[in-house]
Order: sequence, then C-alpha cells, then structure tokens
Amino acid sequence: MTEAVPTLEDYRSVAPAGTVELLRRLSERVRGRRVLHVSTSREVGGVAEILRRLVPLLEEAGVDAAWESLDGEEAVPQAAARLHAALQGDEERLPVETFDQFRAFTRARATALELTADVVVTHDVLPAGLVDARPPEGAWVWRCHLDVSRPQRRAWTVLRQFVVKFDAAVYSLPSFAQRLPIPQFLIYPSIDPLSDKNRELSAAEIDAILERLGVPRDKPILLQVARFDRFKDPLGVIDAYRLVKRQHECQLVLVGAAESDDPAGVELSADVREAASHDPDLHVLELSPHARAEVNALQRAATVVFQKSTREGFGLGVAEAMWKSKPVIGGFAGGIAAQVIYDVTGYTVNSVEGAAFRARQLLADPALRERLGAAGREHVRQNFLITRQLGDELALMATLLR
Amino acid sequence: MTERTARTPFHFHSCWELREMLGRRAFDERELLEHLEEVPLDSIYFHTYSFCLRQRGLPGVYPNDFATWAAIQVRDRVLGEKLGIIDPQDFPDLESLRAEVVSLIDDHLAQLRSVPRIMFGFGEPFYFMQSRALEIPTGVKVRTLREFRNALATLDTGTVYLHLVEARGRKGRRRGDFAAWVDEQLGLRDLAARMGRLNPYQQSLEDIRHRLVALADEALAGA
Repeated sequence: MTEAVPTLEDYRSVAPAGTVELLRRLSERVRGRRVLHVSTSREVGGVAEILRRLVPLLEEAGVDAAWESLDGEEAVPQAAARLHAALQGDEERLPVETFDQFRAFTRARATALELTADVVVTHDVLPAGLVDARPPEGAWVWRCHLDVSRPQRRAWTVLRQFVVKFDAAVYSLPSFAQRLPIPQFLIYPSIDPLSDKNRELSAAEIDAILERLGVPRDKPILLQVARFDRFKDPLGVIDAYRLVKRQHECQLVLVGAAESDDPAGVELSADVREAASHDPDLHVLELSPHARAEVNALQRAATVVFQKSTREGFGLGVAEAMWKSKPVIGGFAGGIAAQVIYDVTGYTVNSVEGAAFRARQLLADPALRERLGAAGREHVRQNFLITRQLGDELALMATLLR
Repeated sequence: MTERTARTPFHFHSCWELREMLGRRAFDERELLEHLEEVPLDSIYFHTYSFCLRQRGLPGVYPNDFATWAAIQVRDRVLGEKLGIIDPQDFPDLESLRAEVVSLIDDHLAQLRSVPRIMFGFGEPFYFMQSRALEIPTGVKVRTLREFRNALATLDTGTVYLHLVEARGRKGRRRGDFAAWVDEQLGLRDLAARMGRLNPYQQSLEDIRHRLVALADEALAGA
C-alpha cells in the first residue's frame, strides 16, 4: 500500500517548536525559483526514498521543484555498480571501458532531459556526468550520498574531472569531503517521523506484529537491524549477546538479509542462522525492504538497539532507534559517531566486549535506559528529522542564489 | 512597571546554519594546533561560539568541538578539560580566542614526550568546518514583557542563539539582545542582569529558552 505523503503542517507536532514557521520564512528566500533534482532511479534505492518525501515538501514551501531520473529504455550500465563500489573503496581495478560506458550513458541521457533550472542537484555517480551538458545559467550541485572517504584513486580521479565543474558539492559526513576547488557543504540525511517506519504505533499494533513475526515478549529484546554483511558484524553482535546472557535473561533479534549477488553475505547469513539454530532466544528475521511497519514495531519493542558496524555509510537505523527513545550501542564507524552522543544518547564501542559491557549496564539500569532514550529522541528531533533536511536544502539554494 | 510598553519594539529574528567543510583534518594534537593557526576565523567561531547551535536540546559533555575531540576521540581528558573551561564570551575578539586555544594546546604538548593522536580505527580525525548562517526575520515583534514572553515560548531555539550568541560573537554587542531590550526599552534592569547571566555553554538553548520564559514570568508576577 502506498503511504500518504504528509504536508509540512503535519510535522508541526513532531518537529522542534517554531520549525514549521521558520521553514516557511526561510522558503521566502527561494520562492518561485526552480530546483531540479536528478537521480539514477525514481523507484529504487535510498536516494529515491529521500526525494519522494523531499520534493513535495519543497513544492509546498513554494519552490518550483522537479525531479528527473536516468531511468529509460536503455538499462543502467553494469559499469555503474562497479564505479559505485570503487568509489567506496573496492579494490577491483576498473577497465577503461567502464569509464567510457559511464560517459556514453550520461551523454545520451543528457539529450533527453531538460536541464534548465536555477539550481540543479545531481545525486551520486551517474547523474554527475550530466554536468558536461550544463547550460550557462543556474548553479549546479553534486550531492554525494556515498562513503567516498577512502575511494579507489583511479575511480575518484575520473569522477573528479566532472565534480570540479559543479558550483558546490554536498556530503553526508565530513569524512567524505575531498580536496576540491569548490565549496563543500555538509547535510546529514534524515528520517521521516511520519513514515510507516517511524510513525507512532499502538501497543496493540506492536504486539500483533511481534506475534506474527514469532518474537515473544517474555524477555528483554536486544535488536540489530542491518543487512548481513561483514561490515555490519552480526556475528560480533551474537558474541556480545552471549556475554550479556551470562548475567541477564534476554533475547537477541537480528533483522536483515544478504544481498543475493553477494556470496560472502550469503555465507555469513548461513553462519548467523547456524548460530540461531542452537538458541531459542536468538531470532533471525529476513524481512523484505517493504516491511517498514515490522521494523518499526521491533525497534519499539526493543530494550537496547545495536548498530555494531565496523564500516558504515551514515547508519540512519541509529536515528530511527533513538527516535523511538531507545539507547543505542553503536560501532565506531561512519555516521554512527555523529548520531550517538557518548553517555548522553548511547555508547559507541570498539569491541564485542565493549558492546556486551554497555548492554549489561543498560539492562541492569532502567533509569539509565530512560535517560539515554529520552535524550536520544530529543537529539533526533533537533538534528535528524526531515524538516531539518528540508531547511538545509532551502538554505543551500538561498546561499547559491545569493 | 512590567506592563510598560516599549517605544521600539523587539523584532525576533532566527537563523539557519548551513555547514561548510574546509577539507582540513587533524589526526593528532600537533596537527590540530597547526591548522588552528591557519583556518579562517569563521572556523574558530564555528567550533566554539556556534557549538551550542548544534546541541540545541542537549548540552554536550564538553562545551566546544576542540575539547570534545581531545577528550572523546584522542582520549586525552587532560587537554579536554583544559579546553573545556574556555568560554568564548571571555574574549574580546576571535583572534584572541584563537590565540588562547593555540597557546593552551602548545603548553600542553610541551609537557608531553609524544603527541597524542587518535588510534587508527578507534577515533575520528578533527574536521575543520565553518558555517554560513542565514538570518531570518520571524515577522514577530513585541512591545511588552508579556508579549515578549509569549513569543519566546513558541519560537524556535535559533532565535535564542541569534539574539544571545550571534549578537555578542559576530555582531560585537556588549550583551545579548534580550537583556539590552528589557533594560533599555522596559527599564527592567534587574531582569536584564539575570538574563545576561545565562550561559549557552553551560546549558542547552532549549534550557535557556525555558529559563528566559521563567525569568519573564517571575518579573510579571512581581509587577
């Protein structure tokens, strides 16, 4: 079922006081100006998910907002996935043809798109190539959602030739910034508090969903929601849970799945299931990407939430859990450290033992859980809701059009 | 007395901060010091004065980015404590503040045999940033203390930041705009003094907003 798209007014009850009025005032700076977002796909992936919410809010704020994608009859080249992987540090050496395919594809798509706007924002790798077809008017922004903190140099050198033709770059974390002759801005991603994944649920709804998923409520739940790959460290979470269980009655719920085209992930998934087969308190749930209400219910039912990644993009699962007033134990990776304020909203840890120690402490101390959980929700309210991201996008437009 | 009407109304403004990355990073305290000597003053401002804007609802463990990084990422609690005591409001300008931070780190390093640095994989480097703050008129103007109190209770915390921190930090005013207005326009000197003692580096902006409203309520009740 398609979710209803909320209006700006709907966020009044969840955003910080005065935010809706402030956003309306801020939008006056860019009212009637045209912004064009270009993503690789309108249907698939995190960028499409963000734009589905953000573009209607920009329009409601008075901006002439449009969204185009590179979807078309011709499939996105395989080169795109390899280029993505290389920019995120994959060491596979890319052949020259990969870059040629990238250039040819974006050149062909550019002719099919109307690229005239006051501000054009191209998201991630493929649309970046459109900058070669930029008209003389308008400011162009490269919005990078990828972790390019340690890119394969060859891939970055090729992409950099395009990026320097933009007027500004925007990243999700400071560590992603590169040496560039253009201004580089920081805009954190956000969660939508009114989406199925984050909206309030009644106790009856939570109970019904957990019953359907076969997760009992008789013991405190430790939870991690993350796909099964080694960077999310599900086996480390299981080891931590076993250390916790020596002292506390509890259960562990691991929600995730392996990408079918990732043999290492499939193998890891099998290891996780093997571990679970000997322990009735260890639940492994492979849910579809559309099971948003299920994830919501599990996060709300959890006592402590893990995000014990060793490598992470931004890790918005942390903000989702904190929004539900849950203390989070996170690995020291990517955007987790930007979200978890140590001993205020949760803990960042560097080891299995550290994760277990903090989980034991939290299970033993309801007042501590309550303090961290309340602070976490407030931290998300101020910093990681879509209303903040909308304001940043408006401020970026206003700054570039000054 | 508190029903006095100001000749000049108070116009509430707020702000939105867009963060800009300078592409500079420090992995150890010596590198931090070297970058500190070179970065634009706006970056010094970002990591000290406007730190509270990013901790609106919650006061951080330390009151500026330099102290937070030293204590949490480098795990040098001694330097974290030394930097944590710095109150930007004690300095006449940003160059003086920069000089204090630099000399404090330099003195600290002089007492050590090696330069503390983040452990690879267990700490984040320090990323130098600056901000572009857009000042936004809220359209709200008030002439009495009661109107002032009611408006402040509903406006966003960026309003508190702009009139309390930016007024002194960037605009060079001797005191915050709220204290100046209630003193000069409403003649409430005692209330102005109490407002002037609120410190955004010891409390969150949300706490300060509540405190300002409470102070106004007390003044209204005593009128």
